[in-house]
Parts: sequence; structure tokens; C-alpha cells
Amino acid sequence: MSTNTQSFPSQLPIPGGHIPSDRPERGSARSGGSKGNAGPATAVLPAHTFAPQIAKVGLKDICLSYKTQTGERLLALDHINLQVKPGEFLCIVGPSGCGKSTLLHLIAGLHQQTSGQVLVDGHPVQGTGTDRILIFQEHGLFPWLKVGENVEFGMKMKGVSKAEREEKTAYYLRLVHLAKFKDSYIHQLSGGMRQRVAIARALATEPDVLLMDEPFAALDAQTRDLLHDELERIWSETGRTIIFVTHNVREAIRLGDRVVLLTFRPGRVKNEFPVELPRPRVLEDVDVARAAREILDELREEINRSLEAEYNEGIKPHVEVGAEQ
Amino acid sequence: MKRAARFVIFYAGLFGLWTLLAELKIWPPYLFPPPWSVGQALYDGFKDHTYWIAIYVSMQRVLIGYLISVVLGMILGLGVASNQFLEETMGGLLVSLQSLPSICWWPLALLWFGLNQNAILFVVIMGSLLSVTLAMEDGRKQMPKIFSMAGRNLGARGFKLFWYVLLPASLPFIVSGLKQGWAFAWRSLITAEMLYLSLGLGQVLMMGRDLNDMSAVLAVMILIIAIGYVVDGLVFKSMERHLQHKWGLTQTT
Repeated sequence: MSTNTQSFPSQLPIPGGHIPSDRPERGSARSGGSKGNAGPATAVLPAHTFAPQIAKVGLKDICLSYKTQTGERLLALDHINLQVKPGEFLCIVGPSGCGKSTLLHLIAGLHQQTSGQVLVDGHPVQGTGTDRILIFQEHGLFPWLKVGENVEFGMKMKGVSKAEREEKTAYYLRLVHLAKFKDSYIHQLSGGMRQRVAIARALATEPDVLLMDEPFAALDAQTRDLLHDELERIWSETGRTIIFVTHNVREAIRLGDRVVLLTFRPGRVKNEFPVELPRPRVLEDVDVARAAREILDELREEINRSLEAEYNEGIKPHVEVGAEQ
Repeated sequence: MKRAARFVIFYAGLFGLWTLLAELKIWPPYLFPPPWSVGQALYDGFKDHTYWIAIYVSMQRVLIGYLISVVLGMILGLGVASNQFLEETMGGLLVSLQSLPSICWWPLALLWFGLNQNAILFVVIMGSLLSVTLAMEDGRKQMPKIFSMAGRNLGARGFKLFWYVLLPASLPFIVSGLKQGWAFAWRSLITAEMLYLSLGLGQVLMMGRDLNDMSAVLAVMILIIAIGYVVDGLVFKSMERHLQHKWGLTQTT
């Protein structure tokens, strides 16, 4: 998007949805990949004509319940309402078992909600679509394909011509600094490199929305810090909307424009926290820690609830709904 | 080097024992021929083109039959693995059918197709179909779910999802089943050929019996074993190695 998010008036229907005023200029650097087919209409029209009314991603009264192995119905998500602005970096945190990953699967269309609607640009979506690409915790790259073939996979499914695929694959591999590894197999890469390939593969389909499901949770601290920097840079260069799920509050503060806290089962939106710290932020920064503390206090209540639930009812089978096919 | 030495010693010993037993003439030579007379039979068989023709005919049959059963087995296996109704009903049937030797389909095939090529093909297909089906079903279940999710997420649907994601993702899990299917197909073919004037290796084997030519019988048996071994080594071993290399399943690559 060549829009500058700063121009959005804050009359968006988002409680506390302030926009940090000192975010680095972004959007303009999105040069190589897109050939006009990808970006939303906002790439052409001035943002203020309709952006204030229409969120990039809207969740309307999303409910999800499912049957456990013992036969009882469990409410996993309870009337989730969220609006995500175009180009926003939204982080979702919550205790494990709050359904935050499942929520991403619903947005990606990999799983069907019991009731409610997922809206993209104001239109309800059904099933999967390459406008919303999910990056999994365990990267989900295809080990039978080389790095380059992985990156071009989505484009191949779309029917993009070979010449264009090659050009874009090269571009996105350069973007994640892996151009040299085009012909490597996945198992030859380190964990951090794999996750970067996953990011390149997701970006190559030129999605409007990037959904990230604890993508850095399995990485060591140094690699994670590095990828935080890279993700922030890629975000500012490509102007994508990102919804990032994590259990790490500091990571959420480090990356997000806004942090949404979900409650323990059933998952509800407990609170939202705008993050107005200047970018780039550092994970160990005092301000980040201070901002994290406020959220952590509330998160701790939820973690306690989850522990209580485990003690009282015995450990329930952790049925991850989204993990089903 | 050591391995090769063991190999040579073992086969030299086997050969020596065979020669010794034949030379002792405990049994008459027409029942227990020496190695060189089997060698002579092999030479003659290839020289008058009998064996070449037999190998060609048998290989053609087994390839057609095996390919059909691989395609059918993959579709069936995928269906059984992804549909709960099919799994509960047909899954059990398939396992129980596996206890039926494939040659038991021969009378049925004769009545359905008559005494011809198609009856043989049918037996070959029934011989390997179940192995491939069960392997595919198992492979589909063992395959990490994330591949199918990632594939759908990136826009693969229907046939594309099967061809570009589910099939390659399940290959490492089904390669041993494919191998087993091949072995069953080969065995079923030889058995069926023995029962019918078919030009194939099975018939040549029976011909040796009819002519009371033990050397020819042993020569054809050696051929059947050798072909099975070569296909296993050339096709399936290299496929396994290739997959292991790609997926990084071995540390030695």
C-alpha cells in the first residue's frame, strides 16, 4: 500500500486504537514484487476516502464451539469482535488454551467458525484465500521442494507465469536475505532461516494480510531478536497488515501497534493496549518492560484461571481445534 | 571392502557346496544338476530368445498391472484415510482381504475375463492393490497435518492439493508399501503365468518341468529372483535414497 497510515483519523471503531506518531515512513519502498494485481484498492485511491469506515480485517461476533472427546461441547471462542486497520501490526496474546491460534486458523479459512463473520475489506470470506496467508509455528515448509520452489509454490497454484514466478522468488528471497540458498533443501537450513523462508513464501503470494502463529517461539533468543528486526523492516517495506499471535508479552510490545489480550477458555477479548513507543524498539528496553508489565498483570490472572481449571477438573485433553484438517 | 569380501566368500561357499553335492552324485543329475549345466541352460535360453521373450512379456504385464494398482490404490487409500465412513467400513474389509492369496482370484478372473491376458492382469492388480491402498491410507494418516494446511493456505485445492502436496508429502511414508506392492505383483504374475500358456517366465518355468529339464527350471527360478532383486535395488532403493536426501532423513548425506 502506498498509503501512509498516519493519515488515518482515529475515528476507527477501535477502542484505544491510537497510531504511534513516530513510526518510520513505510509503504513507499514496496517496489519489486507487486505488479498491480496484488494490493488492495487502497493502493490506488487515497486512503481517507474509505479507510476510516472499512477495516482490513474485521471479526464480527466470532464464536467457536466443538465437541471434546468426552462428548461435551466446549466453547473455545466467545463473541470475538476485532477491527484491524490496513497496515496495522496487531499482536494477540493470551494464555495457552485461549484459542488464539484457532482464531488465526479461522481468519485463514482453514477452519470454520460456529457463528459470526470474518470480514476482509468489509466482505465476508469463505474458506482459504491467498489474500490471507498463515505462517505456522513449525514453519510448514515442504521438505520435498527446494527453498526457491517453496517460495514460488503459492504463485504456481495461482497460475502465475514461470518468468514472473522466478523474478518474484528472487525478489522475496533477497528480501529475507536468503538469495544464496535458493537451491538448498529445507533440512539444510537453520531454524531461523527456515522461518525466513516461510515469511518469503507467504509474502510471495502477495497477501494483504499476514497471519503469524507464534512463528518465533521455537527459536533461540538471538535468532528471534534478529528476526524481530527483519520482520519489522519487511513490514515497513511492504506495508502488509500483520496479525501476530504470541504468548510472549514482550515480543508483542516489541512488534505491535496494538496488543489484544484474550481470556482463558472461552477466549474473549479481555483488553486492548495501544503501543505508542517509538520504533525500532528493543526487547530489553525499560519502556518495553514497563509496557509489558501492565499487560502481564492481566495475563497472569488468566494464567491463574487456566491453572485453577487444570487443578479442579484434572488435566483436560488439549484439543486444538485448528490442528484438525 | 570387508563387506564385498564377505559377499564373495558367502557365494563362493554356496557355489562350492552345490558343486560338491552334485559331484557326489547322491541324487541323479537330472534331479540335482551341477551349476555349469544350469549356466548352460541359461545360455541356451537366451541364445534361442526364449528367455528374452519371456522377460519382455512378463515385464510388460507386471508394469501395466502394477501401475494400474498404484493409481487405484492411491485413490482408494486416500479415500479411506480421509473419509470416516469409508475408514470404518472398507478399512476392515481391505485388511481382511489381504489374507486372501492373490491367486485365489484366478478362478474368478477366468470366469469374468476368459483365459487371456486380462485374467492375468486382474490377478496381478489384486495382488498388489491392497498393499498400495493400505500403505497410502497409512501414509496419509502419518503425514504431518501441517503440510495439507499449508498447501490449502497457499491456494492449493482439489487435484492440485493432491498432486503437489498430499502425494509428495506422503511418499516417504508409502515407499515401503509401494515396494511391497511391487513384490506382490511380481509373485502374483509368475503364479498366474504358470497356470496358463502365456509366453511369460512362469510358463517357461512350467515348460522346464514338462520337459523334465531340471537345469532349465533352476535357470528360470534364478532369472525370476534376479529380476525381482534388480528392480528392488534399482528402482526402490534409489527412490528411498533420493527421498532421504531431499527430506534430510539421514545424517550421512
